[in-house]
Amino acid sequence: MAKKQPEQIERMAGSIPHPGRRIALEILTLVLFILFMLPFAIVLLNSMRTNAEIINSPVGFPENPSNLFKNISDVWNNPTFNFLTSVRDSLIITIISLAVISIFSAMAAWVLVRNKTRWSNFLFLMYVAAMVIPFQVVMFPLLTWFKTVGDFIHIPLLRSYQGIIFAYLGFGEAMSIFIFHGFIKGVPLELEEAADIDGCSRAGTFFRIVFPLLQPVFVTVLVLNGLWIWNDYLLPLLLLGASGDIRTIPLAVQGFNGSFVKQWNLIMVSTLLAMLPIIILYIFAQKYIVKGMVEGSIK
Amino acid sequence: MTSKQRRQLTEILFLLPTILAFIMVIIIPFIYGIFYSFTDWQGTGTYSKMVGFENYKAIFTEPAFLHSFLKTLEFTVINIITVNVVAFVISLLVTSEIRGRNLYRAGFFVPNLIGGIVLGLIWQFIFSSILPAIGQALHLGFLSKSLLTSKDTVMFTMVIVNTWQYAGYIMLIYVAAIQNISKSVLEAAEVDGAKYWTRITRIQIPLMANAFTISLFLTLTNSFKMYDVNVALTNGGPVGVFMSKPVQSSELLALNIYQTAFKYNNMAQGQAKAVLFFIVLTVFSIIQVSYNKSKEVEA
Repeated sequence: MAKKQPEQIERMAGSIPHPGRRIALEILTLVLFILFMLPFAIVLLNSMRTNAEIINSPVGFPENPSNLFKNISDVWNNPTFNFLTSVRDSLIITIISLAVISIFSAMAAWVLVRNKTRWSNFLFLMYVAAMVIPFQVVMFPLLTWFKTVGDFIHIPLLRSYQGIIFAYLGFGEAMSIFIFHGFIKGVPLELEEAADIDGCSRAGTFFRIVFPLLQPVFVTVLVLNGLWIWNDYLLPLLLLGASGDIRTIPLAVQGFNGSFVKQWNLIMVSTLLAMLPIIILYIFAQKYIVKGMVEGSIK
Repeated sequence: MTSKQRRQLTEILFLLPTILAFIMVIIIPFIYGIFYSFTDWQGTGTYSKMVGFENYKAIFTEPAFLHSFLKTLEFTVINIITVNVVAFVISLLVTSEIRGRNLYRAGFFVPNLIGGIVLGLIWQFIFSSILPAIGQALHLGFLSKSLLTSKDTVMFTMVIVNTWQYAGYIMLIYVAAIQNISKSVLEAAEVDGAKYWTRITRIQIPLMANAFTISLFLTLTNSFKMYDVNVALTNGGPVGVFMSKPVQSSELLALNIYQTAFKYNNMAQGQAKAVLFFIVLTVFSIIQVSYNKSKEVEA
């Protein structure tokens, strides 16, 4: 689709420039936007209060905003929350899962597209059908099964990085293969045939010719899986445990929240810290994240 | 080894990681899951006997489950409407002639970046501290006590939070659909004298049918599977009464399934609930998608 000019978009939205109406629409949008952003302001403002202040007056401007730094250092140094460790664990799990999901799914999708046999059709349909299976229906047996297999191969799959990453591959691959499949169908076969004639191996053809062409669709796969894995709570809760050695950010936040009598100022700081990494990423990669979300849903 | 064999070997190796993960993470646990729901399974690798449909009979006479089921339906229906209405209105606003459209689009999406646990905690604070403080200051009776503590209002708190979280994502889908409507169609309507409202209802909405199919599917499955926000915002509370038994008045199905297994240590019944959950969700999705597809027009 060609890039549309701004005025073209306006026209397409069905609007004749009309100053009165434009201002009315702008005010309405702004009001809605402020409402949408208010919870974030509340988090920030209440991260700047003492607990006593929150109990007395949670609304209005904080008496002493510099309390923010004291609260942050309280939360930062809190052994139950252990912010840096949870960021590290979340990063390890998310990044390796994304690498594994995207590369293996692209490889599988390519083979499925380039081999039109009964088997490849069957496999593809299995992946598509599996997308409707909700996590709830497999989660309890998955626990016992992972325990059994882990004991058998002497590599723990519960409370370990490898186990949860393998699980994310299983849960993330169906949709990713589906997205890659749709894209690879449009990649001209001639390129690969030329590489074939030049004596390039099958794996070489994929990694040198096809793989670089997949870049735009990689964004989609990374964004969709990345947001899901980074924010996921239930799978880490089951596979890593609420108080295991490995704790992702959502586990840490929930653990911190349940650990003592509600000190809302500190809980707000913990949510503030938890939101920070993804918000920072969004500021820099907003274009890609929005594109990835839209294309992933439409496919 | 001939080159053909080598080629086949490469392709099998390419498929192997995803097939292995798929079988280990989805297929085997899925089959076990259905099987265990007909046994007296207690969460270990074994079970002592088959019980036929006993687990299913038990859950159909359990007030907490039936209540949860009805509440989930209620939540899903209300939530589908609010999310889509809010998302559609915002999508019209941010594709109109207002200034700062792109900034707004990016901003409305922000809540979707953050996980349900963190969002649930933020809103728990808003509902339990901020709104009552405002309600008391302004002498608004209905706000002066936490909306989370009454079984009549707790459902709306979940709808508000989920709408706030999800509307920005659905908005992006609608925005993409609006931008895809060819400008000549809208111009022709404008020339023919169609009013703004008529253009939206008679032209834009019918031409966006595909986006509605997608958005309704996403909100349906997302609402039905709602878990994180449920845990962090209400954790099922407050206690209510259903079929003259005490029940958790805001416990949706996903939470009920989890609690059955881990709070009440009844893995087999929890699994039977999960199987039922899967069947109901699949049937609803198929009905919704085929209904919407039948309404789509070729543009």
